[in-house]
Amino acid sequence: MYAFDYVRPQTLKEAAAALRKSDQARFLAGGQSLVQALRLRLARPPLLIDLRAIDELNGIRVANNVVSIGAMTRHADVAAAKEVQRAIPALARVAAGIGDRQVRNQGTLGGSLANADPAADYPAAVLGLGATIVTSKREIPADKFFLGLFETALKPGEIIVRVDFPQPLRAGYAKFRHPASRFALVGVFVCDTTSGVRVAVTGAGPCAFRVKRMEKVLAKAFTPQAIEKIVLPAEGLNSDIHAAADYRAHLVTVMAQRAVTAAAKL
Amino acid sequence: MSASVLGQSVRRKEDYRFLTGAGTYTDDVSVPGQLYAYFLRSPHAHARIRSIDTQAARAAPGVAAVFVGADLAGQVNGLPCGWLITGLDGQPMKEPPHPPLAQGKVRYVGDALAMVVAASLDQAKDAAESIAVDYEVLPAVVDPAQACAPGAPLVHDEVPANTCYVWGLGDKAAVDAAFAQAGHVTTLAFVNNRLIPNAIEPRAALAQYSRGDDSYTLHVTSQNPHVERLLMTAFVLNLPEHKVRVIAPDVGGGFGSKIFLYPEETVLTWAARQVNRPIKWTAERSESFLADAHGRDHVTRAELALTKDGKFLALRVHTTAAMGAYLSTFASCIPTILYATLLAGQYSTPRIYCEVTAVFTHTAPVDAYRGAGRPEATYVVERLVETAARELKIDPAEIRRRNFITQFPYQTPVALCYDTGNYPATLNEALRLADVAGFESRRKEAESRGKLRGIGYSAYIEACGLAPSNVAGSLGARAGLFEAAEVRVHPTGKVTVFTGSHSHGQGHETTFAQVVAERLGSSVEDVDVVHGDTGRIVFGMGTYGSRSLAVGGTAIVRAVDKVIAKGKKIAAHLLEAAEGDIEFAGGKFTVAGTDRELPFAQVALSAYVPHNYPLDKLEPGLDETAFYDPTNFTFPAGCHICEVEIDRATGETRIVNFTAVDDFGKVVNPMIVEGQVHGGLAQGIGQALLEACVYDRETGQLVTGSLMDYALPRSDDLPSFRVATQETPCTHNPLGVKGCGEAGAIGAPAAVMNAITDALWPLGIRDLPMPATPQTVWRALQSAPKPRGTRA
Repeated sequence: MYAFDYVRPQTLKEAAAALRKSDQARFLAGGQSLVQALRLRLARPPLLIDLRAIDELNGIRVANNVVSIGAMTRHADVAAAKEVQRAIPALARVAAGIGDRQVRNQGTLGGSLANADPAADYPAAVLGLGATIVTSKREIPADKFFLGLFETALKPGEIIVRVDFPQPLRAGYAKFRHPASRFALVGVFVCDTTSGVRVAVTGAGPCAFRVKRMEKVLAKAFTPQAIEKIVLPAEGLNSDIHAAADYRAHLVTVMAQRAVTAAAKL
Repeated sequence: MSASVLGQSVRRKEDYRFLTGAGTYTDDVSVPGQLYAYFLRSPHAHARIRSIDTQAARAAPGVAAVFVGADLAGQVNGLPCGWLITGLDGQPMKEPPHPPLAQGKVRYVGDALAMVVAASLDQAKDAAESIAVDYEVLPAVVDPAQACAPGAPLVHDEVPANTCYVWGLGDKAAVDAAFAQAGHVTTLAFVNNRLIPNAIEPRAALAQYSRGDDSYTLHVTSQNPHVERLLMTAFVLNLPEHKVRVIAPDVGGGFGSKIFLYPEETVLTWAARQVNRPIKWTAERSESFLADAHGRDHVTRAELALTKDGKFLALRVHTTAAMGAYLSTFASCIPTILYATLLAGQYSTPRIYCEVTAVFTHTAPVDAYRGAGRPEATYVVERLVETAARELKIDPAEIRRRNFITQFPYQTPVALCYDTGNYPATLNEALRLADVAGFESRRKEAESRGKLRGIGYSAYIEACGLAPSNVAGSLGARAGLFEAAEVRVHPTGKVTVFTGSHSHGQGHETTFAQVVAERLGSSVEDVDVVHGDTGRIVFGMGTYGSRSLAVGGTAIVRAVDKVIAKGKKIAAHLLEAAEGDIEFAGGKFTVAGTDRELPFAQVALSAYVPHNYPLDKLEPGLDETAFYDPTNFTFPAGCHICEVEIDRATGETRIVNFTAVDDFGKVVNPMIVEGQVHGGLAQGIGQALLEACVYDRETGQLVTGSLMDYALPRSDDLPSFRVATQETPCTHNPLGVKGCGEAGAIGAPAAVMNAITDALWPLGIRDLPMPATPQTVWRALQSAPKPRGTRA
């Protein structure tokens, strides 16, 4: 990797101040994507601002039917948290299925969301649960957060502080794993709430997206059979050597059905 | 003396150091003043190098030197190929030069064209980025089937149609005649998918030059350091062989990919003298993907002629095999000598003809990878046999029984002579262990869960311990195929064994110690095994082709027997008996029929403290060397049975049962053998379900250039294996052993694909390409001729 400077601020204010010194600086969360890019010399930031020492970015709290997870909380901690398992078991399962053990022990919720990898698992859960991304500057609803390939609503210098997940009636996640990377080739998060059903897909498009046609049908009948015939058009979906767009479209339907089954069981 | 240590699962002596991080791998070795090398590699599959400007790189901080192809010209020869194949036209194969750093042209993505040597790796990388190369990008061909088509871009201008050779084996006319008479013909077309080996330790080297005595020391990740030294000194660098020491210390896996002489260590060794400093290079994983020799990459059409009742009449095979951009060390013999000769399989097929067209492509070189030719042959035979059984509605076990070779020795129509085997026995044991009788009820149960369940067989044969040297020489081998060993008995009776075999995961330190301990009646702890150092070991051909125990182990046995013979002479003197009356057993020399005896250690002491010793007739010391050149290959064989379930909705295949019954002859350490089988099966299943090296057909870019895209098998992709062995001892080595390292990778792919196609056969699907990924299976299901087909 290229040489870079490194700071570890203790507060959000210090982090913002560090960024003002170098507009090419990058925030370092769990480092599971950024460090790889550095090692391959694909990124050349002059400064890394490590967020791990900022207390308010850490921790899990449940209050008023909302699960709040600090941005720097590691996947392994979300997966193991009893309060998450009780309140939103599907969310704990999403975290438990990310990457591998090493990734889960380093990777963070905020890092995953800010990076917005098209095949990451968390975006499906965040969008599916209709979570709110609380940043150093504002609150962003999940529906307004994911804008495109590695593109989010975050402005330069804006830091994700925590994510607030409203507790659903029931929810489920089904993922068809990429055979090599174990990212989601297609992952579907289905969530049933008092205000309707949400279906969010990751891995299939440039970023996580909802399938409103399935949501409408599932609101009437929350069964896998109800969406059996709803297949997305392949056009615009991701296509690579492991899954062409039409296969991904097919998998969205199958995974959505399995997510419904999983939700019904939880 | 306690029970024999042969056949015991003695814990691996080497594991303590591996598991506690006390191993010494090449990258662990560092020496004062060491510099670091970085190789600039071609980003293009095919390009003319108009110019290379290294001025800025040479001036960059920390840089000691920058070398390009032109700097080596006239001093460093091209890398040699170790096997000359003569074509059907009587002409030798085409051997275009393989300069260690590209000259004039680059021919694959990853082809090295410059080496930067600097005080740190980062400085070397920084400097490499400032090298300006002016490329004229040219069209590339990566598919072997396309490479010999008219108008294909040429990899080497002097090789028309990119054809290295067209070679044949067998009686073509007799085969054609048999096909004309056949009651049934089964035809299949295959691609044997290209694989990237991915040893856990990437390749690495540390080259040192000593100005004081004009000598070189090379630490390198090699499976055969003596061969590496011979090729490098005699053919490439023109260095005095005795002034070069090659050390292959602990090596973290090879699977064939570390047999070969590579450009990197060659340039490193040469450059260590130029800069008069030690130079280290360690590949990164992405370099392993680009520049390690790959495996397989065959395109084949195969036909089996049978009688209506399933008796095999003839086999006809045509294969196009990729060599990659340059001939790697043993590339030429893999799809010929180690492939076509195996096409008889376990069967008495009377007539076989195989023709192989070897072609250059704009890809990394292709060479031996676990199994090396034999998995490809097994795949051809076993897919054909299973398909023929289905077409003729004969039980797949029964069609095999009708055609098994049962009389030994058996001369195949494709050159090999099998010494021994018992194919019905491995088949029957596999049928029992796999509970084939209960399959139908398991299938129905799976069906009720919406799963397609299938079962498939693979009755493979392999030929290990390539031999003998003179026959191989007549077939084009440019190296010997013996093995060497030295058994050094110390004055206290402890033993150090120096073997020319190399262990990079196989557990030789334990297995060889068991062999020696058994023969000397000593304990395994009292025998140390040294390997991987040309400075300590007399000679060696290294480890490949599952040869180490059969060939290297036999050399050790021969040296031990010399030790015992000499010990008898010493004991005869000490016990005042005739040499002919001395017996050796259980670690003691005894005068036959008496209670007069001497322990081995006391005889050893006498050899080194020869006070009471026949000095007039016998030299002191107890240290013996043996070279062993086998009289034939060994022929391990076995039967693998795979059971799969296919998810109709996603196309995903899960292996639910896998049974492997192997005949490796005598087994020295069952635990190590089981581990070898497990690893081989994992790689074979990887080939069948997961692994595929993909180059972009237009640009020649390596699409699967990292573990994010190239799917290696993980533990949760695999079932809990049921493995067992049968013992039909090899008839021509004293241990009766055959070899076990590659069997899993040889047998598994056909078993898996036969199981998948069994599950899909009722739907009208008769073949699928490897790897049978979920997408591939799903697509086949989408276009199945009988989508709702059920079993008759």
